[in-house]
Amino acid sequence: MGLFDFFRRERSASHAKERLQILVAHDRVGRDSPDYLPLLQRDLIAVIARYVEIDEDKLTVELANDGISSMLAVNIELPKSRSQKTGVRAPSGALRVRPQLA
Amino acid sequence: MPAPKIVTVTSGKGGVGKTTSSAALAAGLALKGMKTVVIDFDVGLRNLDLVMGCERRVVFDFVNVINNEARLKQALIKDKRVENLWILPTSQTRDKDALTKEGVGRVLDELKSEFDVIVCDSPAGIEKGALMALYYADEAVVVTNPEVSSVRDSDRILGVLSSRSRRAERGEPPVKTHLLLTRYDAARVSKGEMLKLEDVLEILAIPLLGIIPESPSVLRASNIGLPVVFDAESPAGRAYNDAVGRFLGETIEHRFLKPERRGFLQRLIGRAA
Repeated sequence: MGLFDFFRRERSASHAKERLQILVAHDRVGRDSPDYLPLLQRDLIAVIARYVEIDEDKLTVELANDGISSMLAVNIELPKSRSQKTGVRAPSGALRVRPQLA
Repeated sequence: MPAPKIVTVTSGKGGVGKTTSSAALAAGLALKGMKTVVIDFDVGLRNLDLVMGCERRVVFDFVNVINNEARLKQALIKDKRVENLWILPTSQTRDKDALTKEGVGRVLDELKSEFDVIVCDSPAGIEKGALMALYYADEAVVVTNPEVSSVRDSDRILGVLSSRSRRAERGEPPVKTHLLLTRYDAARVSKGEMLKLEDVLEILAIPLLGIIPESPSVLRASNIGLPVVFDAESPAGRAYNDAVGRFLGETIEHRFLKPERRGFLQRLIGRAA
């Protein structure tokens, strides 16, 4: 057993800890997102589709939590030609809605 | 007398020592004078009776009682070695769908009128059997090995406890959780080969009930069907007895955190039991 092997073995528990900390933090984000998000996304698509034609894949709904407040971020990418026809203004091709939740 | 408690022994991951721990904690509670019943929720993979050494006395089971095919009294097996201890075995032939919320709730209610502590030995996973085992829990013992997949699954099951239990559904005070760190090898921890207690506590962030050292006495106990707490000489038996004491509110210092000091002769002849 070489010196390198010795040090590699020495550190395996700290590797385990680091990997777990990242993994568990990621798991918890998914776990804590409320189950109404997919339904909200579906309803938003239905409402917006009444006015503009949108691609369902171009809409994302995310909930970020920094411990003090929650931020609901809705990102909708509008197709350029269609939005011009219906008169919806979306300079960058995207409509951003960011209501602040308690 | 305090209200009867439902305690679920769970882990997410399989093979970490849920059944061993359920048997040991239930027997330890009975030794302390608590009237205790331990229920096997692993329908189809019945093993608690084997670890408890009463496999040849099983006539009726938990599923029979749920389906009204037998009365609770007919299915309960009284332990012959210690007063105050009963076992409710599960079915070996049916599947996890045999458990229903209503059926399990009815049996637990009936047991509550007879027992001080009801220990629920959960199956692995987060499917129906495991959900049924934790749904009615007042407290949960999360059995974890100092190993990445076990710690991750424990964190997952903690999430399930805080969202899917009856206490969570009703907005009652949450299920009280305890960490039971099993198969802990202090020698390997000191060499940096195994996650140490502090690492696991930092990640899971729940109170520690006990550390069970890796010990040959655990396998010996299951070989002969005798819960390991009866082996009062063995490190694992002592560690489980300590955990039982803490569960009942005693203040007991944690041990087995340092590698056992072995004499020169012991090192020469290798590790003895």
